[in-house]
Amino acid sequence: MNALADFIINSLGLSGLSAELVMLLLVVAVAAAVFGIGMTISGLLTLAERRVAGRIQSRIGPNRVGPFGLLQWLVDGLKLIMKEDVVPHDADPHMFRMAPYLVVVGVFAAFASLPFGQLLIASDLNVGILYLLAITSLVTVGVLMSGWASNNKWSMIGGIRAAAQIVSYEIPTALSVASIILISGTLSMQGIINEQGGWPWQWYIFYNPFTFAVFFLYFTAALAEGNRIPFDLPEAESELVSGYNTEYSGMRFAGFFLAEFANIYLMSAIATTLFFGGWQIPGVTPEQQAGSLVLQITGMVVFMSKSAVGCFVVIWIRWTLPRLRIDQLMSLCYKYLIPLSFVCLGGNAIYLLIFPKPSSANTLVHMITTLFGGVLIVIFVTRVMYHHRISGVSLDLNFLARGEKGKYNPETQVRAYGSFRKKYEKKQGAK
Amino acid sequence: MDAMVEQGPEGSFVLGKVDDLLNLARKNSLWYMLFGTACCAIELMQTGGPRSDADRFGMVFRATPRQSDTLILAGTITYKMASRIRLLYEQMAEPKYVIAMGSCANTGGLFQESYAVVNGGDLFLPVDVYIPGCPPRSESLIEGLMLIQQKIEKEPWLKKAWTNTKNPKDPQIEGLL
Repeated sequence: MNALADFIINSLGLSGLSAELVMLLLVVAVAAAVFGIGMTISGLLTLAERRVAGRIQSRIGPNRVGPFGLLQWLVDGLKLIMKEDVVPHDADPHMFRMAPYLVVVGVFAAFASLPFGQLLIASDLNVGILYLLAITSLVTVGVLMSGWASNNKWSMIGGIRAAAQIVSYEIPTALSVASIILISGTLSMQGIINEQGGWPWQWYIFYNPFTFAVFFLYFTAALAEGNRIPFDLPEAESELVSGYNTEYSGMRFAGFFLAEFANIYLMSAIATTLFFGGWQIPGVTPEQQAGSLVLQITGMVVFMSKSAVGCFVVIWIRWTLPRLRIDQLMSLCYKYLIPLSFVCLGGNAIYLLIFPKPSSANTLVHMITTLFGGVLIVIFVTRVMYHHRISGVSLDLNFLARGEKGKYNPETQVRAYGSFRKKYEKKQGAK
Repeated sequence: MDAMVEQGPEGSFVLGKVDDLLNLARKNSLWYMLFGTACCAIELMQTGGPRSDADRFGMVFRATPRQSDTLILAGTITYKMASRIRLLYEQMAEPKYVIAMGSCANTGGLFQESYAVVNGGDLFLPVDVYIPGCPPRSESLIEGLMLIQQKIEKEPWLKKAWTNTKNPKDPQIEGLL
């Protein structure tokens, strides 16, 4: 942004007060743009969540407003603005009104230092990742404030759970980030991406076995920080009515809602930056990318698709796993995640002591870790395909729309291949 | 939406009131409250399920009254429960709508003669849509929700027509509240 400001000020030949004024206007414009991008992303994520939930539950999901229901999030937002803004009689009105602003500011201010592309970053701070960890802590204050000010027992339990959970899970998150900082040697988001490369074995997730473990630690801790299932205790629907936002209606509720979804994108984007090489395109060096507009746009698309995969995994987990109990949540954090993060941090330090510089042995470790990761993915996909095959259910969800009846047939349930079929035929023969 | 498209000499264009846009938003995002008093609630759950997916129309359930637009009276209403339902209705944020689902919520139904059962939700709440059936199928409930959508389409939202709704008062229930 500073480069852009210098360019505008120099080309107009401004100085003194007018230059300051242009700078101020530019700051406001960039802030508005970042806020708008954040809002759009989180709005589209609410739609994605409902569509993915629909597919997972063999439903369809919102499809009436716009093509594929793409405008559903705008419609929901417009409706929530029009709803009455209820402040309960016994609530603390000022704190009640202020809490959503803190949550929204805490999440959307973090978008300022997200590297969407090599040049597409509002502010490349030299303490970027530290800034992200710090500014998102405002969410804790906002959530606790909303729970307390509502003067409602469900809200208060939700708010206090959120505070306990977010503060506890800050520790493993920060320790996992520290492992990456140890390797990259910089806190700047662009610096961390520049240290990596486009190919998978150049990413930090496959740097060594410890960073591979650190990614999963980071992901678990970030899920808990974002109050997502299986750690969504602050807004557990079956225990607390709607958690800390029970008493909120209208646009104030929309603030909490959008902040939650912006948080999902935020954690995916941070994971993309720290572990998956950000906007780096395979086979293109950052110097080559800097000079070309096409490569810049490709880099942005690469970053967005990597973080979109992360968002999808978060939503997928939400509609798959049950919720943890509060004591299980705390023991997971303090008994397992924090010691493991320390082990990984120490392991990374020792690794860097042994291989301080890029060397062929270092590359070999990257390659072996990449191979290990690839094998894990292949095993996962084959298991899913195997179970899909033996279940005999086709992935066709539109048979109702075509007017056909359900395809359930007990015989096809065991229509099977390979060893499973042999077992089945043996059983049939025995009868 | 199609009614708003006008044919001009150089192609078609959309002409409409601001109210139309606002009502389009409101009718496509009709969140209902997750609340049932008796067996109709089973059909209410089924409405959100795969066979009749209410989420297609943007209708999702919210657990808290503050965030819901529609109160569906799903099942038999006893006098003891009526005061709670009235409280829930009053906690909802305007604009809000009420659907009486099934015979019991319409008239008391099978338990009409009982000393404990309210003979219809309209004795203490302004009901917008009555759905017959014991219990109504989920298709009927979807149709009822669509009738609410049609009602919303005709409302002049900018004139705040919804502030004129008056709660009917049944003396027996008022004594309990």
